[in-house]
Amino acid sequence: MKLTGAKILIEALKKEGVEVMFGYPGGQVLPIFDALYDADIRFILTRHEQGAAHAADGYSRATGKVGVCIATSGPGATNLTTGIANAYMDSIPMIAITGQVKSSLIGNDAFQEADVTGITRPITKHNYLVKDVLDLARTIREAFYIASSGRPGPVLIDIPSDIQQQETVFIWPEEIEIRSYKPTSFGHPGQIKKAAKLIASAKKPLIYAGGGVITSEAHHELRKLTEKLNAPITWTLMGIGCFPATHKLSLGMLGMHGTAYANHAIMEADLILAVGARFDDRVTGRLDKFAPYAKIIHIDIDPTSISKNVKVDIPIVGDAKNVLGQLIENINNLPDTSEWLKTIESWKKKYPLKYQDKKDIIKPQYVVEQIYEATKGNAIITTEVGQNQMWAAQWYKYDYPRTFISSGGLGTMGFGFPAAMGTKVGKPDSIVFDIAGDGSIQMNIQELATCVCNKINVKVAILNNGYLGMVRQWQELFYKKRYSYTTLTSPDFVKLAESYGAIGIRVTKKEDVRRAIEKAISIDNVVFIDFKVEGEENVFPMVPAGEALNRMIEGLA
Amino acid sequence: MRHIVSILVENKFGVLARIAGLFSARGYNIASLAVSETLDPTISYITMVVEAEDEKILEQIKKQLNKLIDVIIVTDFTKKGHVDRELILAKVGYSSKDKSKLDGVLNKAGAKAIQRLDDAAIIEMMGNQDDIRELLDGLKQFGIKELVRSGRIAISK
Repeated sequence: MKLTGAKILIEALKKEGVEVMFGYPGGQVLPIFDALYDADIRFILTRHEQGAAHAADGYSRATGKVGVCIATSGPGATNLTTGIANAYMDSIPMIAITGQVKSSLIGNDAFQEADVTGITRPITKHNYLVKDVLDLARTIREAFYIASSGRPGPVLIDIPSDIQQQETVFIWPEEIEIRSYKPTSFGHPGQIKKAAKLIASAKKPLIYAGGGVITSEAHHELRKLTEKLNAPITWTLMGIGCFPATHKLSLGMLGMHGTAYANHAIMEADLILAVGARFDDRVTGRLDKFAPYAKIIHIDIDPTSISKNVKVDIPIVGDAKNVLGQLIENINNLPDTSEWLKTIESWKKKYPLKYQDKKDIIKPQYVVEQIYEATKGNAIITTEVGQNQMWAAQWYKYDYPRTFISSGGLGTMGFGFPAAMGTKVGKPDSIVFDIAGDGSIQMNIQELATCVCNKINVKVAILNNGYLGMVRQWQELFYKKRYSYTTLTSPDFVKLAESYGAIGIRVTKKEDVRRAIEKAISIDNVVFIDFKVEGEENVFPMVPAGEALNRMIEGLA
Repeated sequence: MRHIVSILVENKFGVLARIAGLFSARGYNIASLAVSETLDPTISYITMVVEAEDEKILEQIKKQLNKLIDVIIVTDFTKKGHVDRELILAKVGYSSKDKSKLDGVLNKAGAKAIQRLDDAAIIEMMGNQDDIRELLDGLKQFGIKELVRSGRIAISK
């Protein structure tokens, strides 16, 4: 039986196990939307294509499945691009489907035409322009395989409208073989042996884990290895949840806004075991002063991440789960870490994470702590970008992978709310909180309609300080308090939520914080809580950009 | 330092743009580029000459190229036994009284004049970089009006 390209797309998505898609219709995807009308796939109509891309991304981060979003040609596709770039920077498996003007018009400046494969080339792992309906099924199969294997990432499929309408027999390729794409899965045994030997001889080993641990579902192996070595462990923003934050070997996050003890540990360590992390500039601080005493073992699936910023002594290319398993088997002699752990314990006592709590003012950190207490650490937290993100990273203790969902590499304001939406769709039984700022929340606030219409009951905690807080903080510290265009006037978030059919709660007193959070959780609707917090609170500790990691500004408290 | 890198790629539209994009996005220049089909028409062979200040940059270039889905194999000829050649066409000022002088230069370099026009000659030469440089030095006295180079191609020993 022959099917149209649009129907083939739907059948192929079902073969790939796609249960839900986020997107927005338009002229050049009409055949696909016609096929979606009675398809067995849940479709969520967002209010902006950017919302669709971030929702698919959030869905993927929360579930580990491939997120799917769809938009029309031209402006629909260009609106997806921030979301695609965001997924690319954080290695999130995602498929973006875009309509394209019909084949005969490509390159003619047709209505709503854009060179979408050209635009997205540097922000996708791979992309396709389908020029023949015969290639469609195989292209979709390849796209899912590429998106979800190796170092995952977004793959875009651009489908001209005439290809969506042409008919052919649907043949699903069960096996896929791409001769030019063979990700390395297991670590080289020789490298594993060398690493095991180096680890045994270390006196001050430190594990530095990143998002790759979560992507490869390697958290059990990571915990096993950490406990076996009895070594302290720190992680990146993307690594949050890869290891229980409440564990005694945990040092929390490192880097620009990491804990002081994690940063001191990395500067004093004689061995760093990096797993699925890429030595980002927000992590290393000043490169030539980074980890001066440490030999570095680096486990990563992506060879380009190795020795890109920091010179590595023992590189191991492979999947984190497999390589950690190999390491656990090969490590027979264990380092004696007792002295090292004592030093670290003393740093933990001397430089705890802290803020100056006040009776009459709501501190943003206090709000995050109360969300942690009220949800007993069992919620999934998404964040926007800026101070809200750093406080959410610092003051909520994440014990499980895929419970902290945040835009790491690209730092996209406006990510958290649609990502919360995608998360809640993927994890309907979890409490999902978007920890937001008054700036970021306004960047994709239109998705309130999507959440309300589809009963996607996410909770949004706005840490409303009346500023674009992180930029203001930099202006305070490095630009003589010249607050250039960082003061912010916002709408009445309570009324705004209500106008969409959601619930709005305003909190101005500290004693009402906990009650508001509990009320929000109990309400069977989307809830915005507008916390009026301290205006000029800063995120500390802070390593100024370009400084060594142990040159932290500790703050007042 | 200049490095010759060869890349076997899928012979599809857009592949060259992906490769060029890697360089342009990082502000690296491609010194020369030659692309053609191989015996297997589904595969193209790209020879590139790239400028890389240090090993680290060259390593990144090679890794990034390998990371592209459509790239099959990347070979760096820098430390590998290889032969490389480039074809050049040059138009030089010429009149019949210069014939013996020009022939002397051409014979020495192993080049030839493929067209002799009224006031110019078109010179063809295929050779390695030193040979070509030597020829161009010899041709300077006649005035080089135009010069077209194919870009280097290379093969391993």
